[in-house]
Amino acid sequence: MNSVESKPNVKFKSVSILSNTEISPNVFLLSFKRDFAFKAGQVLGIAVSSNDDARLYSIASGENDENISLLYNIKPGGKLTPNLAILRPDDTLWITVPFGSYAGSDEPAYWIAAGTGIAPFYSMFRSGLGSDKVLIHGSRTLDAFYFSDELLNDFGPRYVRCCSQQEGEGTYHGRVTQYLESLNNLPEDQKYYLCGSAEMVVECREILLSKGIPFSNVVAEIYF
Amino acid sequence: MSFAETIIPKEHLLGKTLPDLKRIAGKLGLPAFVAAQIAYWLYKTNIQSYDEMTNISKKVRLLLAEHYELGVVEPVKVQQSEDGTKKYLFPVSSHKFIETAFIPDARRNTLCVSSQVGCKMGCLFCATGRQGFQDQLSAGQIINQLRSIPERELITNIVFMGMGEPFDNAEEVMKAQEILTAAYGFELSARKVTVSTIGIVPAMEVFLRESKCNLAVSMHSPFDEERRKLMPIQHVYPIKDVIDTINCADLGKYRRVSIEYIVFGELNDTQKHVKELARLLNKTRCRINLIHFHPVPNVPLPPTNEDRLIEFQRALNEKGIVTTIRASRGLDIDAACGLLSTKALIQRENGDF
Repeated sequence: MNSVESKPNVKFKSVSILSNTEISPNVFLLSFKRDFAFKAGQVLGIAVSSNDDARLYSIASGENDENISLLYNIKPGGKLTPNLAILRPDDTLWITVPFGSYAGSDEPAYWIAAGTGIAPFYSMFRSGLGSDKVLIHGSRTLDAFYFSDELLNDFGPRYVRCCSQQEGEGTYHGRVTQYLESLNNLPEDQKYYLCGSAEMVVECREILLSKGIPFSNVVAEIYF
Repeated sequence: MSFAETIIPKEHLLGKTLPDLKRIAGKLGLPAFVAAQIAYWLYKTNIQSYDEMTNISKKVRLLLAEHYELGVVEPVKVQQSEDGTKKYLFPVSSHKFIETAFIPDARRNTLCVSSQVGCKMGCLFCATGRQGFQDQLSAGQIINQLRSIPERELITNIVFMGMGEPFDNAEEVMKAQEILTAAYGFELSARKVTVSTIGIVPAMEVFLRESKCNLAVSMHSPFDEERRKLMPIQHVYPIKDVIDTINCADLGKYRRVSIEYIVFGELNDTQKHVKELARLLNKTRCRINLIHFHPVPNVPLPPTNEDRLIEFQRALNEKGIVTTIRASRGLDIDAACGLLSTKALIQRENGDF
């Protein structure tokens, strides 16, 4: 989930940034010390000034990790991300309390993400919910499979990277939607979690429904 | 064409509020009263060019034209339903279009305007949602949907129920509702303008505080789990919080809140739903609008069952909630609720997948 715009009537608190690293062109991983509990899959409202609008980002770290991490890409002309990207360690970030109910479970499931939509699934994985999951991640370029070393190590063949614009070893060359289309006999009694842009979510959902998955087993989270 | 013209398109004047126009006048070194003159021509007349602003000097008109486009855009297509409803297609930019529905009836003429090209919200039952999101509309592009149709003078009500989620474009929607209701603008009564949302709470709070227009909230289920399956927004802004936000607002005497409720046959029209709606809306001054579900291809939701719909309405009325059934209009031209879409006209851009 990214970004909704509006003056929040929410309480911000300030945190001190530990790191804000460009991990792929125009994509950053920002971290600060965790001093609150949250559920994997939840979002935080963030701003660079307490007078700004809050924008929502999924937490991209585990429930027991020492730090909270957020994954974001720079939106040219955006009100937040260009200013966020210039923040340095020890600079202040304003955050809300974590909220939201996009939660994982121990049950077998498919996690299907595009771009920075990997964040809630990475959080769930870091929180111990990765077993019995198939993780499908779509991106345009090979350098946008964030956390892939760690995920490959843990998920092995249950981690599928779909790259639409480049070919690479161990990756499926095509959109995540094309990959989903190619799958047969998807279990109808499992949950399919989706996280990405509206286009990605609606297209994946349509494919899953056409393959007989009941809509009650499609759990969608959208960027907005 | 100069480099500057190539890179930076001129801003549009249509959609500027009076304070915006005063700032523009100041920036161009013009007296403040010119702002009111421009507002008059933009919002009280149907002029199509600067040349028609006859009480503004030619020098000033040239200055304005040098820096700003007027922003008036004609629809490129109109379809008319057997029931008199019309659907207009407006270009927003190359390969991006929006739809606007004109819905006449005996007592009022309603214009249903869009606030975005596509929508990010991904509601399972909505045709607009299935085209994804392409762009935000500016206040000018929202206002233009009223200004540039031949029925402009006939419009009595405006509803922000077209394509998009208005509160995902809150800043421009707030400007548009100001222009629609302001004395310098279209001077519609705020009671005749309704903004509809799926419940983006922070923007709702701003709207309830700063606008006097009516609010409509798309609920479709009072149950958390069920609503989540229909509307992903429930993960972030649960309907309980949305209703709490309404309950905390000062609605004054006349402001109307309506709960929009699409009825899917034997899914969200049970006694259990009646009971939960009554409980959830116990402290809320509102009415419920029941809406027929117009099946969208490949959407696995059952159509409205007419008998159950009437029974559902009766049961809700009996619980003391004023409940109406919205007439479906423009079905034959896909202009009815949830059917607006310009998906077929989109040229796919590279997404993140």
